[in-house]
Amino acid sequence: MDRDRAFPVVETQQDQPDTCVLRGDFVIATIEQVRWIPDAAALSNIQSVSLREVERLDTAGAWFVETLMRRYGRAGETVSLQDATPAQIQLLETVRRNMPVEVDAPSKTSSVNDLLEKLGKRTVKAVRKTLEMLSFLGAVMASFGNSIVRPRRLRGIALVHHMQEVGLNAVPIVSLMAFLIGVVLAFQGATQLRQFGAEVFVVDLIAISVLRELGILLTAIIVAGRSGAAFTAAVGSMKMREEIDAMRTLGLDPIEVLVVPRVLALILMLPVLGFIADIAGLLGGALMSWIELDISPAVFLSRLASNTDVWHFGVGMIKAPFFALIIGIIGCFEGMKVEGNAESLGRLTSTSVVLAIFMVILADAMFSIFFAIAGI
Amino acid sequence: MGSEAPIISVRDLRTSFGPHVVHDGLDLDVRRGEIIGVVGGSGTGKSVLLRAIVGLMRPDRGEIKVFDKDVLDTPDATFRALRRRWGVMFQDGALFSSLSVQQNVEVPMREQLKLSTETREALAAIKVRMVGLPDDSLAKFPSELSGGMRKRAGFARAIALDPEVVFLDEPTAGLDPIGAAAFDILIGQLRDALGLTVFLVTHDLDSLYAICDRIAVLAEKRVLAVGTMEEMRKIDHPWVSEYFNGPRARAARTSAQRPESD
Repeated sequence: MDRDRAFPVVETQQDQPDTCVLRGDFVIATIEQVRWIPDAAALSNIQSVSLREVERLDTAGAWFVETLMRRYGRAGETVSLQDATPAQIQLLETVRRNMPVEVDAPSKTSSVNDLLEKLGKRTVKAVRKTLEMLSFLGAVMASFGNSIVRPRRLRGIALVHHMQEVGLNAVPIVSLMAFLIGVVLAFQGATQLRQFGAEVFVVDLIAISVLRELGILLTAIIVAGRSGAAFTAAVGSMKMREEIDAMRTLGLDPIEVLVVPRVLALILMLPVLGFIADIAGLLGGALMSWIELDISPAVFLSRLASNTDVWHFGVGMIKAPFFALIIGIIGCFEGMKVEGNAESLGRLTSTSVVLAIFMVILADAMFSIFFAIAGI
Repeated sequence: MGSEAPIISVRDLRTSFGPHVVHDGLDLDVRRGEIIGVVGGSGTGKSVLLRAIVGLMRPDRGEIKVFDKDVLDTPDATFRALRRRWGVMFQDGALFSSLSVQQNVEVPMREQLKLSTETREALAAIKVRMVGLPDDSLAKFPSELSGGMRKRAGFARAIALDPEVVFLDEPTAGLDPIGAAAFDILIGQLRDALGLTVFLVTHDLDSLYAICDRIAVLAEKRVLAVGTMEEMRKIDHPWVSEYFNGPRARAARTSAQRPESD
């Protein structure tokens, strides 16, 4: 189709320097291939433009004609248009009305100021978000307290549903992950400890690292990615469709209906998942020790029982509800912040996961310091 | 191609979603330069018809020709050239949310043609002004615009390449009466200025009275009737007569007959 386009030509006769004749197709596809005969410099102070031989004219062409008339016309005088069809005149008229007004670009402020301004804005935003999240935590806690005083207000079915969703359905992935971690630890530990002839300490290595840290931390990370994101997406899409506003107008408290069952389900299920992860991790470790180091399961078990303090397990379990609270609160909070568009839903879902994982690791570090000081 | 040949012709179209048949044996002709309004109850496949014509969904059977060229079984290159000659405006504008209004309107120019930045910017600014958006909306993002403004910006993107046909999917749905009337006027004006053919899917009786040259009624899986508003009112079919002679239709007719005050 492009091939049968006639090139646009602007022609000025030598003897009539104040008139130019337009020829060919003045359409968007050809508008930048205009040929000037003899050349553009020959044009000045034109008084009339003839469209006699224009074959096609679209908005781009009309824009070109208007620009031509403005640029080469005599200052203060209007250029007359000749041989234009009524449709062309109307198009030119429409384009002329809608030509953008020339405006100076706003002057740029110095970049240091920009940086400072950005830094200040981000700081205020971060502080404000922290405060909002704390107030949300407070509201959820108040609602918790309310459900303890009046247990009938607790949504039993929702709670059980979420317990299944975040707990039971996560068992396969969590146990597989922990099993593999146990295998990896045993394998790496064996390679290193064999150099010192201290193979049997691999049991301590596996037991302490899985029970105390890795079991619960990795479970929390998986749950943050799985359930935290699901919370944000579910609450967020309800917020987007104004379901949350509808709840408020019907006298339902969204925190009580949506947030409390989810967070409570997580607090109840994460320790269970953590326990399952611990067992799976030890199983993986024991299996690999057996294969790689010939430590029989019986030896593994007796060494585990005699050498590993039960507090290692206790420390892991103590952390679980706190991690659950962090994941649940962040997931629901980000969901509540979703606005009308789907874009913010996606953005906040990923924020929720990243923030929850970060906060879980931060909390884990704080716990380490705390337990070190407490001497456990 | 002669002026008599229809610009869009659909023959014996059948579309379905699984067991649910939307169209069966649908025929429709659209003439050059007209505004044709496609109406029908919910679920009669107005938007599906639009999507089939612009190649977004493949019908089970039938023939669709635009500019006398087959849309369905055509090499990619021909279809690309064909696609450049029409513009589509989706219900909520379907603007790219990561781009500003100006960039949205520049997308088709950027993809289809090689134009210098200045030309593109100037033309995009003209298009945006043509659809009645203020200059400061050029730099705005779709999320900062109201529903009506998004529709206008979507219209600006649809006409970015000066297409010969524009497909509008419910352009006035969700607009307040003043905004809807202004959009009707806009469609009419741009049709006259740019020589457009407009394929209008709508529910808005006011639009039908105000700007449509002909109306096609979709019912019983086909085009039940095509004609002017007056002809529609005489058709003896329960849904059609309910639609065109109901209280809302009477109100729209009265307001359309009132002299225009602009």
